[in-house]
Amino acid sequence: MVKNMDEKLVEDKAKVLPGDVIAEGDYLSGQGTYKEDEKIKSKFLGVARTEKSRIRVIPLCGGYIPQEGDKVIGRISGIGPSHWWVELDSPYDGYLSISEGSDEFIDLDNTELSEVYDIGNMIYTEVIKVTKEKDVKLSMQDRICKKLSGGRIVRINPSKVPRLIGKGGSMVEMIKDKTGSRITIGQNGIVWVSGGDEDLAVGAVKTVDEKGHEKGLTEKVEKMLKESR
Amino acid sequence: MMDITEIEEQSALDKIKKGERLDDRGLEDFRDVEVETGVAKKAEGSAEVRLGDTKVIVGVKFGMGEPFPDTPDEGMLMVNAELGPMASPNFESGPPGKDATELARVVDRGIRESEALPLKELCVEEGEKVWKVMVDIHILDYDGNLMDASALGAAKALIEAEIPEYEDGEVKREKTKEFPVNKVPVACTVVKVGDKYILDPSLIEEKIADGMVTVTWTEDELCSLQKRGNGGFTKDELLDIFEIARKKTDGLRKIIE
Amino acid sequence: MKKDKKLLKNGKRIDGRGIGDLREMEAEAGVLERADGSGYFRMGDTEAIAAVFGPRELHPKHKQKPQRGILQCRYNLAPFSVEDRKRPGPSRRAKEIGKVAEGALSSTVFLEEFPTATIDVYMEVITADAGTRCVALNAGAIALADAGIPMKGIISACAAGKIEDTPVLDLKGEEDQGGQVDLPIAMNADTGEVTLLQMDGMTNIEEMDEMLELAIKGCEKVAKKQREALMKTF
Repeated sequence: MVKNMDEKLVEDKAKVLPGDVIAEGDYLSGQGTYKEDEKIKSKFLGVARTEKSRIRVIPLCGGYIPQEGDKVIGRISGIGPSHWWVELDSPYDGYLSISEGSDEFIDLDNTELSEVYDIGNMIYTEVIKVTKEKDVKLSMQDRICKKLSGGRIVRINPSKVPRLIGKGGSMVEMIKDKTGSRITIGQNGIVWVSGGDEDLAVGAVKTVDEKGHEKGLTEKVEKMLKESR
Repeated sequence: MMDITEIEEQSALDKIKKGERLDDRGLEDFRDVEVETGVAKKAEGSAEVRLGDTKVIVGVKFGMGEPFPDTPDEGMLMVNAELGPMASPNFESGPPGKDATELARVVDRGIRESEALPLKELCVEEGEKVWKVMVDIHILDYDGNLMDASALGAAKALIEAEIPEYEDGEVKREKTKEFPVNKVPVACTVVKVGDKYILDPSLIEEKIADGMVTVTWTEDELCSLQKRGNGGFTKDELLDIFEIARKKTDGLRKIIE
Repeated sequence: MKKDKKLLKNGKRIDGRGIGDLREMEAEAGVLERADGSGYFRMGDTEAIAAVFGPRELHPKHKQKPQRGILQCRYNLAPFSVEDRKRPGPSRRAKEIGKVAEGALSSTVFLEEFPTATIDVYMEVITADAGTRCVALNAGAIALADAGIPMKGIISACAAGKIEDTPVLDLKGEEDQGGQVDLPIAMNADTGEVTLLQMDGMTNIEEMDEMLELAIKGCEKVAKKQREALMKTF
């Protein structure tokens, strides 16, 4: 598969800057990279993944751009005649229509929209559509979606969400296990913690945010959980 | 971008009700205070104050100008503050708004009313030429309590400042001499949340405050007061607040003296 | 142009530098907490801090572009950054620098990924001793990378000039005041693409060639400093 001209110039998991040439030749330009003159270059300050032929760069940090299928935590910021506006900590707000607002039927004659979700309410919701112009449609139909009350909010960088979840959910399950807290993670970097030892769970989430790019993260979080009790 | 949410406000409130705070501080604890001087090399005096994540630079510049008509034999103090867009997603560029203006004027009053500066000695030619002491507060990073950080920075920048010579009709900045500061005014903002008082409010704590009073003390004199925001205080509450601020400003003054 | 003092003597400048030497540089990334990204850069006595917010919602709505985002730059001299205290507020010079800074940075950002949004770059000069727009841009470029903005590459800037008929690199304050040409440039040091170019003074094509050569080499050294700063953040 690898031709003579092809060369990976950077090791897997090496740190790269925007513009750094990661590979030359017959490789695929994956997420976080762009191709220029047969060279695959990084778009971000981040970590290069070169183990496969699809070269990627995982950015160290960055804002959240909504993608279809994401589950996010948003804040109701406006109410229209038949929809809600939802802030997602992104340049793009989400639009939640009445029909998508709940898995139950909403009788507009007898219900104010604000009785279902009021301004300031936080919801765990799903991004069902993103158009080219970045119109973002949300839905609460999935059973896992819900309004959030009480508990604590922790804001982390969206790029750290995969680390907070862990392989097959291993990191978040470990934190849940050691703290007894419910933890709901939004792809947009908003995390909700409720019940159990909330302070400890919040601390663990913050640790992942601060040290998410370092090696041995799992051990560091375990250590933090043990020492804080 | 998402502003502080109601859940975050409630968390801060719940903690304070229990006598705790979100960042594990005591109610009357300040965050770590760091003060660095000489950070603006073209200023005649400067200081950077870091209070947790809040960062403020204060620069002091001297210039020559015409005195105010009602004080022809006194130098002039001017304090200006800029809450620039770099410091917070909620700050806009443009001329100083109400918050920036209040900040500058409260810091000004602390210095002026305490008579910290020898304004009468800054007269070069009565009615014609006096020294202008220009204090510029530049907010770099806003995470609560700009007032105390700025006042501390202003006091330190003035302590460090050296005044240029005025020779042959020109301000000579290469030759400077010590600029005497008689008193060191230090501000402490006391925040009421429910029935508790907290000091050095973080961003979220400023939002849930039921009222704030900024108290400026010199070593032994109360020289300036500003009740800020909404809410109200009884006389007894105020007397408590003055005492709390006095103790705290003693400690803060030691950091910069 | 006052010439009280000789700026060049036996190929050495008043601070001992050779004609192709940059002043001492310092760079740091992530110096602020509230901003999405931030940077600090110093060349000699000139220092600047930059903050980046974005991508974020752009107001007013009529500024929004449906197909791509925009980049907005604001350059500001702190009142205490210069000899005679400067009154706060943007001067005409500052507004112009903001505009050319946008030109310097925009083409490197993948703005198509953020339709209707804005990326705001705020540059503050803390101490001004010539070369302020270059130092500000260097801090701004660090801040953009620190904020996780997708870019083709890092932009690096420095100024060449001519003093006493000799092309030199990175003028300091005194040299700028007594100099004949001031030539700030900004570029992608890897690809060689120049994205900011301004010139004050009188010169010819040969001298321009020499000065551009000096500036390009200077930008390569600046790029190294920016890289070191960013690599330290993780």
